[in-house]
This record gives sequence, C-alpha cells and structure tokens, in this order.
Amino acid sequence: MSELDDLYQEVILDHNKSPRNFRAMENANRKAEGYNPLCGDHVTVYLKLKDGVIQDISFEGSGCAISKASASLMTAELKGKTEAQAKELFDNVHKMLTGESNGQDSGKGVGKLKILSGVCKFPARVKCASLAWHTVSSALKGTEGVATTE
Amino acid sequence: MKAAQEISQPASLRSGLDVEAIRKDFPILARTVHGQPLVYLDNGATSQKPQAVIDALSHYYAEENSNIHRGVHYLSERATTVYEGAREKIKRFINAPKSQEIIFVRGTTEAINLVAQSYGRAFLKAGDEIIVSAMEHHSNIVPWQMLCEQVGARLRVIPINHDGELVMDEYRRLLTEKTKFVSVTHVSNALGTIVPVKEVVALARERGVPVMLDGAQAAPHLKLDVQEIGCDFYAFSGHKLFGPTGVGVLFGRSELLERMPPYQGGGDMISLVTFEKTHYNVLPYKFEAGTPHIAGGIGLGAAIDYLGTLNWKQVVAHEQDLLAYATDSLSSIPGLKIIGTAKEKAGVVSFVFDHVHAHDVGTILDQEGIAVRAGHHCAMPVMQRFGVPATTRASFAFYNTRDEVDALRRAIHRVLKVFG
Repeated sequence: MSELDDLYQEVILDHNKSPRNFRAMENANRKAEGYNPLCGDHVTVYLKLKDGVIQDISFEGSGCAISKASASLMTAELKGKTEAQAKELFDNVHKMLTGESNGQDSGKGVGKLKILSGVCKFPARVKCASLAWHTVSSALKGTEGVATTE
Repeated sequence: MKAAQEISQPASLRSGLDVEAIRKDFPILARTVHGQPLVYLDNGATSQKPQAVIDALSHYYAEENSNIHRGVHYLSERATTVYEGAREKIKRFINAPKSQEIIFVRGTTEAINLVAQSYGRAFLKAGDEIIVSAMEHHSNIVPWQMLCEQVGARLRVIPINHDGELVMDEYRRLLTEKTKFVSVTHVSNALGTIVPVKEVVALARERGVPVMLDGAQAAPHLKLDVQEIGCDFYAFSGHKLFGPTGVGVLFGRSELLERMPPYQGGGDMISLVTFEKTHYNVLPYKFEAGTPHIAGGIGLGAAIDYLGTLNWKQVVAHEQDLLAYATDSLSSIPGLKIIGTAKEKAGVVSFVFDHVHAHDVGTILDQEGIAVRAGHHCAMPVMQRFGVPATTRASFAFYNTRDEVDALRRAIHRVLKVFG
C-alpha cells in the first residue's frame, strides 16, 4: 500500500464523510474550542463528565479529512472512559502520530485509532490529526480559551 | 484538432519567451519530489532562485565578506560598493527618483511595520482613520491595528465584490477628512486581483492623504514604476522576486522620510552620538540600524540583474497565457470552484471543493510532486468574505509551463478519485 493509501484509508474517508457524534451538546458540562492557525481547522468538543467518567462526547467544526476523521474516531473511543484513561490514550495517540513510538510499539494502546498511524509519514498533517485531542484535553482540564496545536 | 495543436505548441511560440532555456537557469526545477518531477506552483509563498543569485551569495561570502560603511580596508570598501550598487539597481527597477529613497528592510512585513510605527506614531492621533482593503495579507492589517491601539485611531476597510475586486464607490465614501493614511495591496496574494492602484492613490492624494502599497505579490509579475503610480510608500520582498529571503525594500518619498523619526536605533543610523544628544544619519541610513543583510541585498541586486535579461512584455504575456490556460483547464473539473475572478489578475488560481478540504488536496498533490499552498494564505478576512475555511492556491512564475498546469489537472483528478 502506498503512503497515500495508508493515510486515506476507507475507514478515515468514511468518518470524514459521516462523522460520528457530530453535533452540539446542549447539556454538556465541559466545552472547549480548538483551532489550527496553520490551516484554519476549527473544532468544538463537548463533554458530559460525571464522577470522572466521560458519559457523553460530541464535536462540531470544519476541517480537513484527517482532522474530522480523527475527531470522529476520538469521540467513539472516549465515550465511557475515565479522565485518566483518556489522558493515557492521548499520550499513546500522540506518540503514534509523531512517530515517537515506532516498529511494533506503534499504535500500542490506541485501539481503533491505529488507523491513524499513517499520519506520522506526513509531518505536515500531524497537527490536523492531533487538534481534537488537544481540544478534549483542554476541555477535561476545564481551562478557558482556545486550544491550538502550536 | 486545433486545440491539440495549440497545446503542443512550445511556450516560446506563444509569448516569445524561451521558457525551456529559462528553466535551466533555476537548478531546483530539475529535481524530483516523491519520485516525480517537481512542479513548483507555490511562487506566491516564495519564488525559486536562479543560479546567478545563488552564485552572487556564495561569491560574496567566499570573496568579499566584510562589514559595510565602516572599514577602510579593501574588503569593506568592496562589500560597500556592491551593496550600494544593489540599492541603485533597485532604484532603477522601480523607477524611484533617488537612491536615498530605497531602504533595505527584512521584507514587506518589516517595511509596513516601519511606516506604521514611524510615520503613524508621529503623525496620527486619536480619531484619525486608516483605510485598508478587505483583501489584505495579515501583514497589512495587524501593524495598522497595533498603531490604532497605540494612538487611538480607527481602521476602516474597503469591501470587495464577489469577484474579489475593490468596491471603488465604497472607497470614495470611506475617504473623509478623518482619513490620515491609506495602505492597500497592489496584487492580492490569495485571489490574484490586480488593484487599480493609480486610481486608489490619486483619490487619496487629492485629499493630501499618503498612500502605502504592499507590492509583495506585484513585484514578481508587473513592471513597476512608483513615480507613475504616484504612491508615497511601496514595499516588496526579495524572496518573492527570485532573490534571497530576509531582505526586502521600502521605497518612501524623501519629503516624508525626512520628516519621519527613526524606526530602530543603533549603529549606522547615527552621525554623532553623545550621552546628551544623538544626531541621526541621512537617508536612507537613518532607517537602517545595525549590520544589514549584506549578502541578501547583493543577492537581490543579482536577481534584478537576472530579471533585466528577460523581456518583460514576454514575461507578462507568458504569465497571462498560463493564467488563462489554468483557469480554463481547472474550471472544467466537476465541483471545483475558483475563488477570485477579477477581470485584472496576476498568475494566481485559488480554488475550493465542497467536499474536499484544501489540506487534503495539498497532501495528494504533493505526492505527485506538485507544490501548492493550502490554507488561509495569511488572509483570513478574505476566507471569511468568501465563506470558505481555506483554499488551494496555484501561483505561477514565468518559469512555469502549460505542461505543469496539465500535471496539476491530472493530480486534481486523483484527489477526486480518492474522495469519490
């Protein structure tokens, strides 16, 4: 498979076309905005957090296929997870995207998000894939303001 | 058959410009990217450099490296002569009246900041208005916003129509007794629009309002004559004009430059320093504090020499041919919409798809060896005006060919194949 096919796999194209949990959430108790100044990708993540568990999560925004698919996959993966589990997942995903974990380790502990491992071959696109993650982590921290990938 | 013949006709027969020979002057154009011949269509971001510029830089460092305006030794005199020679070349290139009106800066951004901070802080006050246009690059918005915050002035914006042209009636309406400065782009980086700057300048000057033009995108495409345009300030960058990065030019009319305070203090911009009082140097040195980018200035001079070997009429004809060919060729792609359809345009084609983001387009084109810009082009208000988050932009230089436009079209079809 070429690097390009690796990047734009069927699953990613599908999540781009029909993103999961793509909606505003009225009764969210956490919310954060993320912005990638490089390309104008913009995402808002909504959370319903109870007793340290992510009971519901959704997102809205506009962006490229990679950022949208990554956000969609993320929401599917994070539902029902604890804050600590979410943080661990973020760390593992980040390592995979930046190519920090390689060989057999790559994509370890990231579940279905392994589909995004092709991104590490495209350094210019790492920020697209990590935008939603930066945003959810600022929502979890409850920090005000806009998260950026910078 | 007629169309096919036309396409197979060499570029030199259409415009008279020997593009194949020109391409050999630019070593980078011979390289491959991801196993494909490089198709460089990101000239709006930066242009490639001819061998003559690369040689000038290496010759300076290998043979003439020394500080200017200081030493009495041979090398310093030699470096000063070549550097000041570049200033003369730039003066002729834009037809400035005097070489003292040519100030070396880091680039267009620094030139605009210089004028905003020096002229603006000295002569603008609370309640005054500064006019820019809706198609400015961030570098011709933010320095004026900073000035507005500092002195209490107000920024007014000339709107653009759906083709990406200035609405001149609105400009006339915005020009009032409160207007104290106008700063607009000559050519839009995101849309390619050529602004009718002579008219923009004339309307402001009638009211005694000084005008600055951002020429970063105009200098590589248009024959420049600052006296004919009549502007007070004109700025452009070396690296978009086939020269080195980190060097650019501010032209300013000497009557204004004389009245303006220095922008930065330091060496070279003084004539006498005591702890009681410092006397500033004469133009242009008053605005050139510290050791400048000497190699950059010399390299820019070499770029201008190189441009002097080309027939400018042929260059313009060739670029207009590429623009028309690309506009035609890309318009026929299903779902592709061109953003920026002004009647007068330089070689820029910005486009969007409903269902494919510019970033994805850019990545797939890159795999085919095609370099374009994908994003907001440092012109977020332009993106907002057209209701798009980003565009893909192909921007041409005289060394580009119709074959490269064909490669672009084929690669876009591959994008559509991936995204269905």
